[in-house]
Amino acid sequence: MDDAERKAAALDLSKAKLERRPIRPLTETFGSFGVEDAYAVQQLFVEQLAPGPNRTLGHKVGLTSVVMQSMLGVSQPDFGHLLESMFYAESSAVPLSELIQPKVEPEVAFVLGRELSGPGVTMAHAVRAVEYVLPALEIIDSRIVDWKISLSDTIADNASSGGVVLGGTARRLEGLELRTIGCNLWHGGALAATGAAGAVLGNPLNSLVWLANTLGSLGEGLMEGEVVLPGSCTVAVPVTAGDEVRAFFAGLGSVGARFEGSAP
Amino acid sequence: MNLSDAADVLLGAEATASALEPLTDSWQELDLATATAVQHLTLSRRLARGERLTGLKLGLTSRAKQRRMGIDTPLTAFLTDAMVLRLGEPLRLGGLIHPRAEPEIVFLMGERLAGPGVTAAEALAAVASVSCGVEIIDSRFRDFRFKLPDVVADNASAARYVLGPRRVDPSSLDLTLEACVVELNGRVVDSATGAAVQGHPAEALAEAVNALALEGIALEAGWSVLTGGMTDAVELVPGSSLRVDFTHLGSVVIQASGGEAQ
Repeated sequence: MDDAERKAAALDLSKAKLERRPIRPLTETFGSFGVEDAYAVQQLFVEQLAPGPNRTLGHKVGLTSVVMQSMLGVSQPDFGHLLESMFYAESSAVPLSELIQPKVEPEVAFVLGRELSGPGVTMAHAVRAVEYVLPALEIIDSRIVDWKISLSDTIADNASSGGVVLGGTARRLEGLELRTIGCNLWHGGALAATGAAGAVLGNPLNSLVWLANTLGSLGEGLMEGEVVLPGSCTVAVPVTAGDEVRAFFAGLGSVGARFEGSAP
Repeated sequence: MNLSDAADVLLGAEATASALEPLTDSWQELDLATATAVQHLTLSRRLARGERLTGLKLGLTSRAKQRRMGIDTPLTAFLTDAMVLRLGEPLRLGGLIHPRAEPEIVFLMGERLAGPGVTAAEALAAVASVSCGVEIIDSRFRDFRFKLPDVVADNASAARYVLGPRRVDPSSLDLTLEACVVELNGRVVDSATGAAVQGHPAEALAEAVNALALEGIALEAGWSVLTGGMTDAVELVPGSSLRVDFTHLGSVVIQASGGEAQ
């Protein structure tokens, strides 16, 4: 991709998000392109959504389960930016007017107490950087029609980020065996999915290490106070107007979200 | 085909590790009651040849699987000491047809439990301790293709089971959030919690014991009850290394080898 194509792709994504009108895969419109181009498009897309320097409040890691990786034929996760505008309070409804085809994923979120910049980040650095663990619901969404995404499509589309709701139960990492923490996702009155935090690369901390090193290779880092969503404990569950979801985590409390408004 | 023929065919397929076509292909009148009688006859033959009854397995314990098979209670089948795989013992695939592994929550019964009318709370009160386990299922039918009466007659595909190392007091656990992480050859392939088993494994136990009461069967103290797969079953091939880690119930590792069964 040349600069003009990258800009055009980012504009297509911004327009799709703003007008809530999903577009066909970028890899069809622009022909196939690689991961480097895809992250460059993501950077432009994010800048268009959030002009100004301090609007990124966190990062998300996606494609962290074997199921998702084999579905897209990849062996690596990807990452996206969590912008200020994407954080929703648990006490208020998530407006569907901001979303196109949302799904919900329960995650164990990290809040960083110090900056974490790769390359060379190990598990030891990651553990020292995590100040708190919070229960979280990630809202994923795709600007690509019917979620027909390849790896490059989803990376360009800010790793299919939609939003995040953080629960208010803060825990320290000490004494937590993250790998085997159970998670039940309820959708309305029914159990929609179950899983464990170990579904995320064996342990969500592995995801944090990968993120810090991958950002480092691009000359970026994670800041003190940032929120990191490391990946989903379960399959993603589609949501629509009037839906209520709540995720319960063993020993970490719970977090809920309500969806209001109308689907496009 | 009659009861005795069906029991012979099923036990023969198991002994020679050779797959069968579903019984219902050639025996269209095979209904659930007859299939249950076949299952009971295969148990009698196992006991007659010296095997000892060690407990019960529950199958189809997720609502989704039950809907697919058109039933509303779990399946039950019998376990014997010949199916026990010791912790750490390699699983020899030579004696099996197409084995798959399922992580399960296991109840060790402390008291006799008889339906009907047993609630989940009463069922749990009869449980002495909880362990984790891995069940190896191995349908005697080709490609796991079967109808409900087939799988009932086939002792719900029971083949082997391993119990984990810990015995935990059930009152100290929230089994709805007790999780398992399934790792195959070093990669996590699946995870789930006890809520995936009928909402709570004790609900599955209560439904099973009430269903068995219709056949005049009670659960005995000392029995192990495998409460049903928490995740999809994982296919095992020679060299497969399976590890399952639970939140509080410990871990089970199974190394699959190509060698013949002993």
